[in-house]
This record gives sequence, structure tokens and C-alpha cells, in this order.
Amino acid sequence: MKIVVCIKQVPDTTEIKIDPKTGTLIRDGVPSIMNPDDKSGLEMALQLKDEKGAHVTVITMGPPQADLILREAYAMGVDRAIHLTDRKFAGADTLATSHALAGALRKIDFDLLITGRQAIDGDTAQVGPQIAEHLDLPQVSYLEDLKFDGDKTFTMKRHIEEGYQMLEVEAPCVVTVLSSANNPRYMNVGGIVDAYQKEVEVWGFNEIEVDEKNLGLKGSPTSVHKAFARGLKPAGELYEVETDEAVGIIIKKLKEKFILN
Amino acid sequence: MDFSLTKEQVLFQQMIKDFAEREVKPLAAEVDEQERFPIETVEKMAKIGIMGIPIPKQYGGAGGNNVMYSMAVEELSAVCATTGVIVSAHTSLCAAPIMENGTEAQKQKYLPKLASGEWIGAFGLTEPNAGTDAAGQQTTAVEEGDNYIINGSKIFITNAEYAHVYVIFAMTDKSKGTRGITAFIIEKGTPGFSIGKKEKKMGIRGSATCELIFENVVLPKENMLGKLNKGFGIAMKTLDGGRIGIAAQALGIAQGAINETVRYVKERKQFGRPISGFQNTQFQLADMNTKTEASRMLVRKAANKKDQKVPYSVDAAMCKLYAAETAMEVTNKAVQLHGGYGYTREYPVERMMRDAKITEIYEGTSEVQRMVISANMLK
Repeated sequence: MKIVVCIKQVPDTTEIKIDPKTGTLIRDGVPSIMNPDDKSGLEMALQLKDEKGAHVTVITMGPPQADLILREAYAMGVDRAIHLTDRKFAGADTLATSHALAGALRKIDFDLLITGRQAIDGDTAQVGPQIAEHLDLPQVSYLEDLKFDGDKTFTMKRHIEEGYQMLEVEAPCVVTVLSSANNPRYMNVGGIVDAYQKEVEVWGFNEIEVDEKNLGLKGSPTSVHKAFARGLKPAGELYEVETDEAVGIIIKKLKEKFILN
Repeated sequence: MDFSLTKEQVLFQQMIKDFAEREVKPLAAEVDEQERFPIETVEKMAKIGIMGIPIPKQYGGAGGNNVMYSMAVEELSAVCATTGVIVSAHTSLCAAPIMENGTEAQKQKYLPKLASGEWIGAFGLTEPNAGTDAAGQQTTAVEEGDNYIINGSKIFITNAEYAHVYVIFAMTDKSKGTRGITAFIIEKGTPGFSIGKKEKKMGIRGSATCELIFENVVLPKENMLGKLNKGFGIAMKTLDGGRIGIAAQALGIAQGAINETVRYVKERKQFGRPISGFQNTQFQLADMNTKTEASRMLVRKAANKKDQKVPYSVDAAMCKLYAAETAMEVTNKAVQLHGGYGYTREYPVERMMRDAKITEIYEGTSEVQRMVISANMLK
């Protein structure tokens, strides 16, 4: 089986602070990490490799420093790494990004394409489904678990609002994975030692199959209207009272806020 | 001159910090309190190659270097000094002497098991009457046909209870003093070889420190490590490498105490403001951090020299001496800055201060390091 996993380098948002004066993110000194949902997607692929044998390729689109997460992927056990980077890709929103990735994926043979559900820097959850649309492949989003029958059918457990949905899907297909699906493995020390001996294939516009007008800023219909920091919630009020009185207080508060009439 | 880490070392640091924080730190207080060897952590470390960092790939190791190994001991010790010394004794004191002095057959037999962490390693030199004066060995090895018969005992042996293979030293020719000591490899379960009393210690309480007892143990000659009567040199060379590990442990303890203290002084309020606002706190922190960073430079320099295969024994002595004394000083200040809370087991700096003390004692006391350093100056 051939698996491709799309991964993204993101700022570690747990380490991000907001500049109190400008209200913008302070990115200086914030470490970059492999997006957590993507890392769980990668772990899912590596578990399939461990159990059934598979060839796992990772692909990322990003600036030169994104090379780091491809080396990390090598140290976790992938077989091939591709870095999509070109000035023509710069300024891409989710649609242009998914066009570029789909353009590269047209050049790769695979049975299963895995992406993370969403990236912690943008939180859109759009790129995976968009890729599936561009490639005209079946897609299953919000995956918690996946089993392979060894031939061509996957059994999938998908998270939905009311619970779980179990599905059977035939290869080739696209899935998006939740970080709750598994605990990604650590990089292996021997793998780290070898990570920079391996080749990361760098692909630009000329290596992929895509219409140039769909790429970069030109191919991005999204524009940012305004970015602002969400205000902090005020501290709550604490009442230590009997239940009956508490119910009355809650109803009064909800009416004050026009939540109840 | 370049003080920066290589790309591989940067990636390694990211992994080991993450591992220490998520897998090792949550157990540290319990391991100390219950004097429990964290075997589950050893299994996790084994799985990702931490038990065989500087062992070449051909022997099943990770093929890394001593700088990476020192970084591992540092980061593990920053959250749990017990875990740090388990890796240090296993790697520096058992795998390393086999790698450096073993026959090809010995390397093939032991290194893959040690590197994979399937087996844990230990080292037995110290005896009740032979500490710093290692030449006072009373354990004997008497030749008998194709075997040696070992009698005697060793004390204060790290990993003892949990180890599978031990590098030990015994007198093969009492008349020759240090030139009559020979090294041997002995496996757990060898008839006549048993584990004695477990020590109750001030710090590193999760590490299993025990006595080794040899009663008419029959060891085949192929278990001799290195040449007959050349054991003292092997022991001294092994301890040179071990000192880098212990210095890294001390460095980690100091850094761990700083991390805890920085967090605490920002939260703790007295006289209406966080104590981090007081100049005394700031100056103490500055001194703690400067000395710890100086320790790190000495540790990395010694480890790098070992990687470059140039003489490093004075560098190892210097980094061990300085990092150990810094760990003691820094943890002492960390407890002081925590005030009364720092003296309780609610806060990890109490444990760190107890853990720091041993780094001034084992694998050569600070006094021994000063002897090594000055002897080299005055020769």
C-alpha cells in the first residue's frame, strides 16, 4: 500500500503570546512544530506501515525552514519526503494551497491520502476536503480510527457531533484525521542521526501539474478583513447558596443578558 | 569556532526535551518518594534508541555522538536525576568499556542487547575499602584451567538490581597493585553471583544502588575484558567518559532547578508584588544561570573532544567538577528562593537539592577531579 501524508509546519500556538499594545501575535522566538492533527495522521500511516507494510510519503508546502518537519518525519520512519516550495505558491489561502498540493499529488501514485483535520494556526479544516475535490476522490473527514483489510477496503471510524459513524471506503481515498486518534510516536534516535543523510525532494511549479492561475495570491479568493485579539472574559461571580436560590440567580442573570425572556 | 548545535543535535534536543517533559517528569516525585526504579521509563527509552545513543549502528545502536548522549542525560536529569543516572551508568560505564576494549565476539554478544535496551548495564569497581583508592581492590580472580574464579564484593553499584550485564574489576595479581587488576564481563544469573543490600540514599532514590557479591563465581576466560592485568587503565578511561555523563546529570539538575525557580518567583507574591521584582531574586537568578551555562559549555566541550577522538580526560574532570559544584550551589539557591515551600516535598527543588549532592561524590569526587586537573598542570 502507498500512503501520502500532508503535513504543515505551524507556530506552537501554546507558546504564543499576544502583544498587549498592538493586539497582534508575537511570533518571535516561538518554536515551529509539526501541526498536531497532521502528526496524528502521520502516526496513523506509520501504524499501517508497521502492521501491514506500506510505503509512506510526506509532503509539505512551505518556506525553506519547513524542511525541519520533513526531517522529523524521516526520524519517525517515513520513506520519502517532498517539499513544495516556489515563489509562485506564496500568499496562498486554503484554496490556492490545496490546488498546489493537488498538483503535486497528481504526480504521485497512492492508495490513501491522509491530512490532519485542521492546522492550529488557521483552524479552517478546508485543505484536506479541497484536495479531495480537486482530485475527484472520496473523502472522509474527522477520523478517529482506520483499519485496512489488506486488499483495498478501509474501515473507518469517524467522529460526528452525535457520536461516531462507521464507514467502509475503497482505495484510493482521502481522509482527515483528528489529533485525538492516537499518540504520535517520538522520533527515533537512530532516525535522527540519519535524517539529514536522506534526500528531501524539492518541487516547484515546474514539477507539479496545476493551472498557474489557481496558485499563490492570484489564486486566493480569501482576503483578511481585520485581525484582532479576542477580549478576555471578566472573572466570574461566586455564590455559595442553596440550590433553590442558585436556580433563581442563574435565571435572573440569563434574563439580564437576554438569553432568557 | 562554532558554538551552535548541528542540525541533527537540534532535532534530537527537540525530541528529548519533549520526551523528558511528557514521559519522565510526571513520575519524578513518585520515583523519589517510593525509591522505585522507573523500569517503564527504561522500556520507553529503549524503544526510541535512548539506551544506545553513542553505540555504532553496526552494533544495533543509534550511531549518535557523545554530545547527543550528554544532551540526553542533561534533559532527563533536568526533570528526574534518577532517570539521568540510569542512562549514564548503562551507557558510559557498561556499553562504552565493552565497545572500547571488547573483542569482536564480546561486542557482537553484548552491544546489540545493551543498545536496544533489552539489557541494562552496570559497572563494579568500588569496594568497601576501595573507593577513591581504587587500587585497594580485594575482589580476586584466580586462574583455574580455562576459567577465573571470582571472590569478593562491590558496593554502591548503580542499576545493580535491574542490570543484566556488569563490567567488574578484580585482582589477578595482588603483588602488582594497580598493575594487577583485570576487567571482566559478568552476566546476571551466573552461579555464585548475587545482589546484596540495597542502599537507602539521600538522593537519586529511584536508582537501584546495591552491593554485588561473588562467591566462587566461575567465569570463562572469554569473559575477560581487555588484557590480563590491564583493568586499572580500562577503569580510569571508562570513568573519564562517565564523568561527562555525570557532569551532564549535574548540569541537568541545575537547569531543572532554575526552570522551577523562574516559574515560582513570578508567581510568589510578597510585599504586594512577585518576588521576581526584587533585585536579590534577579541577581541570584543571574548567577545561577551564568554558572549553569558555563557548565554546559564545559560538558559540551569535553563530549565534543571525545567525539573528535582527542584526549579529553582533563576536560572531563573539569566539567564534572564545575557542573557538580554548580548543581549544588544552584539547587541550594533554588530552595532559598522558594523559602519555606522549597523545603517541602510539594516543590521539586527539595528533591533536586538532595539529588545534586551525589554528583560531587560519585565517578570521582570533586577532590579527585582537582587532583586530575592539577596533576596535568604540574607534570
